[in-house]
Amino acid sequence: MNTNEYNRMAEKMKPKGQCLKHCMNAFLYGGAIGIFAQIVLEIFMNIYHCSEKEATPMMIITLVFIACLLTGLGIYDNIAKNAGAGTFIPITGFANSMSSSALDSKSEGLIFGIGSNMFKLGGTVITYGIVSSSLLGVIRYVLTLFG
Amino acid sequence: MSSHFLGNSCLIENVYIASAGLTAGMVEAQGPLGQKFDKTYEDHYCGEDSFEKGERKMLQDALNFCLQKAKKKDKDIDLYIGSDLLNQNVTVSYLMRNIARPAFNVYGACSGFALSNALAALLIEGQCIDNVVTLVSSHNATAERQYRFPVEYGIQKKDTTTFTATGAVATLLTNKPTNIKVESITLGRIIDYKQNDPNDMGRAMAPAAYDTLMTHFHDLNRGFDDYDQVVTGDLSQYGHELLKEMLAQKKIYPKNYDDCGCLLYDIHNQDVFQGGSGCACSALVSMSYFYEKLLNKEMKRVLIVSTGALLSPMMTFQKETIPCVAHAISLEVVE
Repeated sequence: MNTNEYNRMAEKMKPKGQCLKHCMNAFLYGGAIGIFAQIVLEIFMNIYHCSEKEATPMMIITLVFIACLLTGLGIYDNIAKNAGAGTFIPITGFANSMSSSALDSKSEGLIFGIGSNMFKLGGTVITYGIVSSSLLGVIRYVLTLFG
Repeated sequence: MSSHFLGNSCLIENVYIASAGLTAGMVEAQGPLGQKFDKTYEDHYCGEDSFEKGERKMLQDALNFCLQKAKKKDKDIDLYIGSDLLNQNVTVSYLMRNIARPAFNVYGACSGFALSNALAALLIEGQCIDNVVTLVSSHNATAERQYRFPVEYGIQKKDTTTFTATGAVATLLTNKPTNIKVESITLGRIIDYKQNDPNDMGRAMAPAAYDTLMTHFHDLNRGFDDYDQVVTGDLSQYGHELLKEMLAQKKIYPKNYDDCGCLLYDIHNQDVFQGGSGCACSALVSMSYFYEKLLNKEMKRVLIVSTGALLSPMMTFQKETIPCVAHAISLEVVE
């Protein structure tokens, strides 16, 4: 049996993906996080009388804190296993990527462990976040020159 | 020398299994073979302060059980052959620094069990040495960390993923007759079927298992009927089905073929995706379930084909495909 024949056979027998279920889960969990974040935002704005500009970062910090806490307690990965993109895409996913890397590397110490490995997974997001925002900045600048 | 190589296989006449020590993690303890292990642990740390030390502790305990059962001391052993999954084989090396005896580290990824035992069998059969302890270990958290993602990283895994078994097995092989002997070995070739998904190792390894099985049968002029049971190491559900399909295309429909990855766990009720993988997978199943069946004479001869995917994350990121290997070892009841 050559490689092509094997691949054809393997594709045919592949465990059936649960795309629809994953999409639904992502929608529900992601939506739930969104609703929760909105509630937190409303609480900061209406109960603590913050402006929206002040309340937004406070809401983000609250979500990041909860995601990190759940990661430390070993609960986050169990939720994420079902939620998929629902917990991966919001800021909670980024918080989890950093806190899980930090937790994993704590046995190698503060400098070579936590310090250097914390951005192991999140680093890509930061690098390309900065690159793409710089590019957009250039485009915006060029556009303003013409108009 | 009484043994002789036939192709890549060799019949072995004077190598016996004296004892085995088995330790396993919590998920394995909840599986169908949970009661058969000498010791199980409640978490990944095994009472130590890092996962790596936990894995070492597990291997040390397995070794202690093995030696205790055979009434031997660690200094009585001529050679230790160890295989684990971590870079530079640190589990075995760091354990062996406390035991001042010669030690080989061998790496064959998840094929470590058959690889180390095949080497030990060849050395004893060649009358080079009298006894060898083989050490095999894998640990879910240390392997995940090294090969994939941080343990607590929340990610949805692919349906084809396998679950690295946490466990350690020490086996004492000797030239003094016991009830169970190593009957034959087949050394595997490295096979690459151009698979590149590190989350689908069953699919990558099935062709290597097929190659070794066919080589074994061809070299020794045997078939599935010559064994009470034939098992592959850690192809798990999907890989196991693929191998059966490859055999079916050659008009071979074995009833006595299974996979250790499917036997170690209750794959329908435990959260282990397609089933188990890792060096400990084939080692734990072989030295608990099958060893017991052989001791009770419920089976006479079993063939264990341990499979290994020889990948590293660096090579995967460089878009390389995954070379795989499978080594086979057969155990038989001494009449």
